[in-house]
Amino acid sequence: MNSSFLLSSTTFIYALASVFYIGSFAFKKQILSKAGFVVLVIGFLDNTAGIIMRWVESYQMGYGHAPFSNMYESLIFFSWTVAVLYIFVEFKYKESIIGVFVSPLIFLAIAYASFDPNTSSKISPLLPALKSNWLIAHVITCFLGYAGFAVAFGFSIMYFVKPRNPQSESMFAKLPSWELIDELTYQMVVFGFLFLTIGIITGAVWANSAWGKYWTWDPKETWSLITWLIYAIFMHLRIIRGWSGKSLAYISIIGFVAVLFTYFGVNYLLSGLHSYA
Amino acid sequence: MKKNQTISKQIWQFFCSARLAVYTLVLLALTSIIGTIVLQNGAEEEYIKFYGHGWYNLIKTFNFDDMYHAWWFLGLLVILCINIIVCSIERLSSTWKIIFPKKITFNPDRFRKLKNLETITVNRTTPDLTLEFEKLLSKTVGHVSKEETGNSALLYAEKGRWTRIGVYIVHTSLLLLLLGALIGSLFGFKANLNLDEGKSSDEAILIDSKNPVKLGFSIQCNDFNVKFYDTGAPEEFRSNLTILEDGKETLTQDILVNHPLRYKGINIFQSTYGSAPPDSISLEIIRQEDKMALIKNVKIGEEIQLSDEETLFMIEEFLPHFDFNGNDLGQAFVGRIVEKDGKSFQIGLPLKFPTFDKMRKGTFAFVIKGAEQKHYTGLHITKDPGIWYVYAGFFLMIIGCWITFFMAHESYFVEIETAGEMSSTISISATSNRNSHGLRLKIRKMRHIIKG
Ligand code: HEM
Repeated sequence: MNSSFLLSSTTFIYALASVFYIGSFAFKKQILSKAGFVVLVIGFLDNTAGIIMRWVESYQMGYGHAPFSNMYESLIFFSWTVAVLYIFVEFKYKESIIGVFVSPLIFLAIAYASFDPNTSSKISPLLPALKSNWLIAHVITCFLGYAGFAVAFGFSIMYFVKPRNPQSESMFAKLPSWELIDELTYQMVVFGFLFLTIGIITGAVWANSAWGKYWTWDPKETWSLITWLIYAIFMHLRIIRGWSGKSLAYISIIGFVAVLFTYFGVNYLLSGLHSYA
Repeated sequence: MKKNQTISKQIWQFFCSARLAVYTLVLLALTSIIGTIVLQNGAEEEYIKFYGHGWYNLIKTFNFDDMYHAWWFLGLLVILCINIIVCSIERLSSTWKIIFPKKITFNPDRFRKLKNLETITVNRTTPDLTLEFEKLLSKTVGHVSKEETGNSALLYAEKGRWTRIGVYIVHTSLLLLLLGALIGSLFGFKANLNLDEGKSSDEAILIDSKNPVKLGFSIQCNDFNVKFYDTGAPEEFRSNLTILEDGKETLTQDILVNHPLRYKGINIFQSTYGSAPPDSISLEIIRQEDKMALIKNVKIGEEIQLSDEETLFMIEEFLPHFDFNGNDLGQAFVGRIVEKDGKSFQIGLPLKFPTFDKMRKGTFAFVIKGAEQKHYTGLHITKDPGIWYVYAGFFLMIIGCWITFFMAHESYFVEIETAGEMSSTISISATSNRNSHGLRLKIRKMRHIIKG
């Protein structure tokens, strides 16, 4: 058994979990979302095993580095972080129905890693600049941040599908109360903001120890700053301007678009120092 | 805005506004995008080639080619800072009163009307429950104030008043960060230094102005090594450096990427490397008439006598590009032969063609056996007296966010009333300056514990 087997099986298990969640939604069967949760947890364990396995393999190949060093590995880790965050939320708030908005994200990220021809799943050695514990801290915290924003994005979508009328027969009528959606979205943004903050900071400390500059305005850095500013705006609008609901959900969606751009767009469209992630 | 306000009052009001903060943040986010799309710090020709003259004028006018240092971008940052300072001053006094109240009071009616009020009736007596709640509250919350009347009791406990300072810490950290960046750009420098193995230097070249800057000590590169993976990708760059002060060795250390050397406020980073000219060459010298050969190592500038004991030979210099009849033969040594009649001429010894000199068909032929490839190490040298402000800002930012997001000022209210012989009604409610849902869960948990 090797890591690529574990990780590709993870992809299918996450796909199955999404199917269950969506099914529970479409057919209004609570039992299906319960099954979805179980499958998601299994996928998560598989995902964890895959990451650990890959770490071990990199040592066996003599490169010996944590598996957070390229696009493929970071996407796998992204799925993992979103999964762990979502499992935590469902566990704490016992609202299984919201999984329908998050499980597809978990699946899509890992599927993209496996099927995109541009991302290589080969384990390759690290360049000298990337050998740093700060870098590991940087990648982990950034991805926890991104995961928070991804889950917040999933929750924000609920504002646009939940019917206003509580008597509605729509399949979205069962969604949690507006208050709870609001609270959950905010909690996830807060989580994401804290970790993105730490992520940017550890990145700056790393850059300072590798190159003697903590901030260079390279496109990736700048875009993570833009993302950070958008979520700072989100929090100020909520706290000091009293925004809530749909209008705030738009900001969360814009923020997540910025996350995606920081993550993919910068790599493919703009040039800079960060060769990956 | 009222007419009779003074100008300074109006300015204060302007910077006080939270709306301004949102606008400034939006503008910062939007304009930051420009610098990721337009090339930064490029040469004039590049812009003209890419955007044409018209756009280039626009770019130049607004400094889009170095926009993170443009006056208007820095202006936005200044507005942000003033906004934070004014806003914090304005709010701090009321926050202070909340954090350090003269006397903590609570209004039972307010708590009775709260939405998260939970009421249950249990089969236990009021004094018994009062005691248990007192224990529970003082364990999970803090100091409990109690008001007891004949058949009822009011309990109140709170914690985390001080956490209201969290946002101020966050905002102060931002000011510290920007202050650190300012100090760094005013009193620090960034420079590069390429140092051949065996050489030393007491100055480096500033990146911005290309002027030399004195370091106050000398750096000597004793050795440079680069290691590669099997794939050909570089694995490690390592320079062995010695710091010399007034010619005396004070420190010798290896530096690697990610492991810089810090000395007297100056940081020395491994940045790049390259090949330096070799300073000696190993030659096989063949006397053409009897093919007698011998191998000699010759340094640049060194003069040797050849085996006929009449001819002199020396290596004059090393050229990165040796021109032979208009062809570039690459790296080469230039030697000079002085014959006994005083006639002298130059010969070229290109590294790529070791037997090149045989073609000359002279008395002696010089065949290259090897030249020790030397490296230079590319050092990035910085001084940044602002870094500690920046790091302090980083630290406070994380602490401040943590306090703001995950801690709160919470007040709990419990009212216990005797409902019958052996039963009492309990009402629990709480307020918090944050996270109302989390609070509701906590109240439910409390209810659960009491119910057993
Ligand atoms: C990049 C810049 C800024 C960052 C990162 C930032 C960060 C924060 C954070 C994390 C909070 C707490 C939000 C929450 O509780 O959910 C907050 C609240 C606040 N910020 Fe900022 N802020 C920034 C700029 C500003 C500026 C320029 C002002 C100027 C007026 C400002 C005024 C406030 C106020 C009044 C609050 C509400 C405090 C309260 O809860 O009473 N912020 N800010």
